[in-house]
Amino acid sequence: MSQPILQVRNLCIDFVLEDRTIEAVKDASFELAAGETLAIVGESGSGKSVTALALTRLLPVPPAVIKGGEILFDGESVMTMDAAGLRKLRGGRIAYIFQEPSTSLNPVYTVRSQIGEAIRLHRRDVTDVDAEIVRWLDAVGIVDPAARMHDYPHQLSGGMQQRVMIAMALACQPDVLVADEPTTALDVTIQAQIMELLGSLKERFGMAVILITHNFGIVSGFASRVLVMYRGRIVEQGLTEEILRHPQHAYTRALIDCIPQLGSKAKRLKTIDHAAIEAA
Amino acid sequence: MTVFIIRRLLASVVLLFFISLISFFIITLTPGSPYPWGELNPKVSEDVKRIFREKFHLDKPLHEQYGFIMRDLFTGELRSIKDERPVLAKIAERLPATLALNLGALALSLSFGLLLGVYGARHAGRPPDVITSVLAFVFIALPGFWVSYLLAIGLVNYGAVPILGTHTIGVTFSNGLEVFLDRWWHVMLPASILAIGGVAVQSRFIRASMIETLREDYIRTARAKGLDENAVFYRHALRNSVRPLITGIGMLLPALIGGAVIIENIFAYPGMGRLGYEAVLERDYPTLVALNFVTAALVLLGNLLADVLYAVVDPRVRLE
Amino acid sequence: MITTTPEPLEVAASPMERSLRRFRANKIGLCALGMVGLLAVIAVAFFVLDVLGIPWPMDPDATNLERKLLPPDSVNWLGTDNLGRDVFSRLLNGAYISLTVGFVAVFVSLFIGVTVGAVAGYFGKWVDNLIMRFVDAIMCFPTFFLILTAVALVGPSIFNIIIVIGLVSWTGTARLVRAEFLTLRESAYVQAARTLGQRGPKIIFRHMLPNAAAPILVTAVLGVPEAILAEAGLSFLGFGVQPPQATWGNIIADGKTYILDAWWLILFPGLAILIAALSFYLTGDALRQAVETRSERQ
Repeated sequence: MSQPILQVRNLCIDFVLEDRTIEAVKDASFELAAGETLAIVGESGSGKSVTALALTRLLPVPPAVIKGGEILFDGESVMTMDAAGLRKLRGGRIAYIFQEPSTSLNPVYTVRSQIGEAIRLHRRDVTDVDAEIVRWLDAVGIVDPAARMHDYPHQLSGGMQQRVMIAMALACQPDVLVADEPTTALDVTIQAQIMELLGSLKERFGMAVILITHNFGIVSGFASRVLVMYRGRIVEQGLTEEILRHPQHAYTRALIDCIPQLGSKAKRLKTIDHAAIEAA
Repeated sequence: MTVFIIRRLLASVVLLFFISLISFFIITLTPGSPYPWGELNPKVSEDVKRIFREKFHLDKPLHEQYGFIMRDLFTGELRSIKDERPVLAKIAERLPATLALNLGALALSLSFGLLLGVYGARHAGRPPDVITSVLAFVFIALPGFWVSYLLAIGLVNYGAVPILGTHTIGVTFSNGLEVFLDRWWHVMLPASILAIGGVAVQSRFIRASMIETLREDYIRTARAKGLDENAVFYRHALRNSVRPLITGIGMLLPALIGGAVIIENIFAYPGMGRLGYEAVLERDYPTLVALNFVTAALVLLGNLLADVLYAVVDPRVRLE
Repeated sequence: MITTTPEPLEVAASPMERSLRRFRANKIGLCALGMVGLLAVIAVAFFVLDVLGIPWPMDPDATNLERKLLPPDSVNWLGTDNLGRDVFSRLLNGAYISLTVGFVAVFVSLFIGVTVGAVAGYFGKWVDNLIMRFVDAIMCFPTFFLILTAVALVGPSIFNIIIVIGLVSWTGTARLVRAEFLTLRESAYVQAARTLGQRGPKIIFRHMLPNAAAPILVTAVLGVPEAILAEAGLSFLGFGVQPPQATWGNIIADGKTYILDAWWLILFPGLAILIAALSFYLTGDALRQAVETRSERQ
C-alpha cells in the first residue's frame, strides 16, 4: 500500500481580526489515501472549510495565520512549497468546488472561456481544447454541451452551474477533489442529483474526494471515512458505518440525531445543545 | 439590445423635459431685476421697459413663458440680449471647441484614473498605495484656477510658450502636422488642468471597485484553479471592476463642463464656458437659459452613451 | 466567504467603539483632523472678535500705501498686497469666510438632501420615481456654471452664495439617504416596529435615520471642501464675496494684475485653499474608512 496522498499533522490556524484572534483550527491531524472518499462533518464555524482551503494555502494570509503543523501532499510539504509549486498543485493535483456556484464563476466570461483557461493551464497534452470542454460538460450530465459552453454563468440554473464547476475541476484530472458544501445552496431535488453525479464520477475517474458538509445525511453511502469537527478540533474520526452505529463523542451523536427521519412521529426537529456537549 | 436602447432613450426624453423645466425656473424664479440694466436707471423710460417685457413675455403666466422660451430655443429664435444673434447659433459656434476640451479632459481623466486606481489596488494597503491615495486627494483639493494661473505665468514668462486661444496667432505653419500639433497643444494644456481632479476622483473609484471585486467568490475560484496573481488581478478582477469608468462619464461631465468656465477664462479658450462667463457678466438671460439647458442636455447624452456602454461590457445588463 | 466561529462567544465592541478605534489608528486622518481643528479655531476666534467688536490684531483691512507690494519679511510674514494690507492677516480672515461658507452651505444641502432622500426612500413607488427623476435632472447640470448663474442673478453676498451652493449640492446626500431608506424599509426591525404599531415619523427618526447617520456624516465632511472650492472659484471670477472683505479667492483675483512682481499674492492664498480642502478631504476619507461596515470594507 503506497503512502497516503494527503497527510495533515497537527494543523493550527488562527484568524487575526482587528479586535481579537480566533482559533479556527486546533491541532488537526488526518490522512487521505489515494482514491478514498473522506467526509468532514461539522456545523458552520467548526473549521472544516478553513482546513480544506489550507490544503493548498488558499487562505488569505492576513487575516489567517498558519500557526503550526504540516501538510504533505504526495510526500511533499505544502507549507514550504514555492509559488510555482502551489500553482501546479492548485487545480492540477487538488481541485475545488465551492458552495455557491452562482458566485463562484466569473460573470463576464463564458463557460468555454473559464474551463478552457483551466485546461490550458494544467493539461499540456490536450490539443483540441474545445472538444475536451464538450467531453467534460457531457460527463457531468449537461445536455447539448456544445451550445451550453458559449453561455454565460448567469444563463444557467444553479444545478447546471455546479455541474460546470465540477467539469472545470475534473477536466484538470486532479488527484483530489475537495467539495466544500457542494449541495447546500441548491434545491433538495438537485442536491440528490449532484451527489449522485459526484458518486459516479469518482467511481469512473478514481480520484480521492474530500466532502465537506454539515449534513450527516448525505455522508452515508458516499464517504467511506468521516471526520467530525467541532470548534476547530477533530472530535472523532473513523469509518462511516462505525461512526453512524456507535458514535463516541457527544457532538457526533447530536449531529446524527439532527438528521430528520422520514416517518418519525417527533413533533420537533432536534437541535444541538452546545452547553451539554461542552460539559460532556 | 435595441429594446434596451429604446427604453433608455425614452427615459432620457423625460429627463430632458425636467432639465428644461429647471433651466427655465432658475432664470425666472431667482429674485432680482429681469432687466439687464439697473431697475432704477433713470435713462430708461417706461416705454422701453414695457417693450422689453413684451418681447420676453414677462407679464404672462409662468407656464406660458415656459412655452415661449422653449419654442424660441428650439427654433433658434431665442436671441442674445447682447448682440441679438440667435443663441443657438452662438452656442453651435463654440461647440467644437468645447467638445474638444471636455472630451479631451474626460479621456485623460478616465485613462490616467484607471492606471492610478489599478496601481493603488494592486498594492493595496502598502506604501505605494498610501502615497497615491494622498496624492489623489491633493489633486482633488487643488483649485484649478490657481494651478492654471501658476502654470500660465510660468510658461509664458519663463518659456515663451503660447497658451491662449485655440491656436497660436501670428505664426504660419509650414505643414498640416504642425498645425495639428499646435491645435493639440492648445487643447491639451487646459484639458490637462481640467482633468487633474477627474483623474484623482476616477482613481479612487477604480481602486475601490477593484478591492471589492477581489473579495468575490469567483476570485477564490480563479486562485483555486492555479492561476498566478497577475492573471487573477488583470484577467479576472479587472474586467469586473471597470464599471466606475463608465459611471465616471456621467459623473465627471458636469464637473468638467462646469470647471471649464474658469479654465477657458484663464486660457482665453473660445468654448461654451467662456460664452457662459460673458453671458453672466452681461446678465444675458436668454443665453444663460440656453447654455444651462444645452450643457445639461450634453451631460444627459453622455449618460445615455454610458448606459449603452454598460450593456456592451456586462452581458448581464443586455438581457434585462 | 470563509465561515469562522465567534469562539469563545464574547461581546464584540459596539459599532461606535469600533469606528472610533479605527479612526484613531489612522494617522493621516488624525493629522487632517488636527488641521481642521486648527482652522475651526481660527474661524471661531475671528467670529468671537467680530461679535464682541474687538479690533483684530493685525487688522486685515488696514491699508498702508507706504508698505505696498512687499515680499514676506519680519513684519508682514506673508507680504503685503497692492494697498499695503498684510497678507497673513487677510488669509486668516479669509479662513473665517471660507469655513463659514463651507459649513453653512453643507448644512443647507444636508437639510434639503436628507429630507428629499427620506421622503423618496420611505414612500417609494411613484413618489420615489418622480423625485429621483428630478434629482437625476439636476445632477446633469454642470455644477459650477449653475452656481455662477444663480449667484450672478441674485447678487454676490455671503448669504446668497451659501444658499446657492447649498441648493445645488444636495443631490448626492439625497441619493444616499434614499438608498439607505429603501434598504432599511425592508429590514426586519423596521417591519417589527410597524407591527408594534409605530407610525411613520417615529420609525423614520428613531430607527432609520440613526442608521443612515454615519454615511451622511461622511458626505457632510466631504461636502465642506467642495463648498470652499466653489466659493474660491466664485471669488476668483469676481462673483464671490466682494472686496474689501478678504477671501482666499479674491486675494488671488486682486493679485492677478501684480502676478509678475508679487508672486506671494497668488501662492499663499492658493496654498491656504489647498491645505484647507485637503484636510477636510483626508478627514472625511478617514471617517469613511472608520465607519463602513465589513461588507463595504476597503
